Amino acid sequence: MPDSAGKVRVQCRVNGRAVILEAHPMARLLDVLREQLRLTGTKEGCGEGECGACSVEMDGALVNSCLVPVLQAEGTEIRTIEGVAGDRLHPVQQAFLEYGGTQCGICTPGMILAALNLLARHPKPTETEIREGLAGNLCRCTGYTKIFESVLEACRALERDS
Amino acid sequence: MRAYLPAYHLEAVRDLNEVLGRLTREPGRWKLFAGGTDLMVLLEAGKLPHRNFLNVWNLPELRGIEVAPDSVTIGAATTYTELRNNATLAREFPLLCRAASETGAVATQNRGTIGGNIANASPAADSPPALLVYDAEIELVAARGARWRPLHGFYSGYKQMDLGPDELIRRIRLPRGQKNWRAHYRKVGTRRAQAISKVCFAGCARVENERIADIRLAFGSVAPIVFRAIETERLLRGEKISPAIGPAANEKLAQEIAPIDDMRSTANYRRRVARNLLAEFMEMLSSH
Repeated sequence: MPDSAGKVRVQCRVNGRAVILEAHPMARLLDVLREQLRLTGTKEGCGEGECGACSVEMDGALVNSCLVPVLQAEGTEIRTIEGVAGDRLHPVQQAFLEYGGTQCGICTPGMILAALNLLARHPKPTETEIREGLAGNLCRCTGYTKIFESVLEACRALERDS
Repeated sequence: MRAYLPAYHLEAVRDLNEVLGRLTREPGRWKLFAGGTDLMVLLEAGKLPHRNFLNVWNLPELRGIEVAPDSVTIGAATTYTELRNNATLAREFPLLCRAASETGAVATQNRGTIGGNIANASPAADSPPALLVYDAEIELVAARGARWRPLHGFYSGYKQMDLGPDELIRRIRLPRGQKNWRAHYRKVGTRRAQAISKVCFAGCARVENERIADIRLAFGSVAPIVFRAIETERLLRGEKISPAIGPAANEKLAQEIAPIDDMRSTANYRRRVARNLLAEFMEMLSSH
């Protein structure tokens, strides 16, 4: 069977832009984002839903893109790390920079998406809520404390700006 | 090794009727694909034996939580996040919300479904123990008709269940009126969070005049199926709450369960923890 057999067309929006993807229906959203759309900010860590490096938002819900077959992206609105900054870095990104929330960087796109998703649900999270909101995102460098501090700082910055 | 994708099929469907029609016309050919939190892991590991799937994620007929005067009915494709966020479930069926909130993290809870957790039939699944102690019933539907049956007895052996090749799980129904029962849920894993259970426990009891008027106990990961400890329940039902009933119940439980050694734990550890969890629940009942 040639590789092109059995591919489907999937229409969705990625970072506000309408796109048409062509892929095997069980292809991982992660691979399609990276290889077809060249949005390589979304990282693969474990590939089995444990580490959160591939986190993206689908219709506003945080998902592990390694566990989403691309067929299920039909008609959805997806946000990846590339869709987070405007003209300037988003306050969450800025806080990760300033407070040492990033070291090697592999977990960072997923961490930031998880943090943004948390802040959309809980604009003023407690530290417990931050820990739970980021619990599905593993970091092997920072020890997490600086990540939690970055998110808390982002909350303060967002409050100052509002 | 990763799976060879062209060998797999995942097809979109219009509605539930189309799913039922295809399950009937081609029995055994199709399995259902919901949130993918288990199936995609198997696929990636090259260990997904079934090849043909129908996409039921987002089928409106399988979603939603309906509250009626005597029961709450949950669509099979309802996610853990939706369970957690439902006020009636949180108030009246807290063990189910606990199970939902301790299954993975946000991203998994946004995609994992209650029906998927039941149909996946893992003995380590975290929501079936809670469903069992709430006396849940499940609705199995096929083109030829629908039937309700208790979740208790649905599993007959490891990954074996009373589900025809043309049937699917459409809804889960929980009888209301257990609000004043005392209930306890505890999942024991390698870590406090983000770990698959070594042993999982759900228990609830109605206590009247210092006696156990009724009790239900369920365990994950201590038998080939998620398991309701019927014998232990029978021994405890009607008993006066006192430290004296603990040891006998504990012995009965040890006879009833059949834990195994596997990659996550050992039979010995599981046996000990299961007994400790029962003792913890008994202590909770007596301390009120």
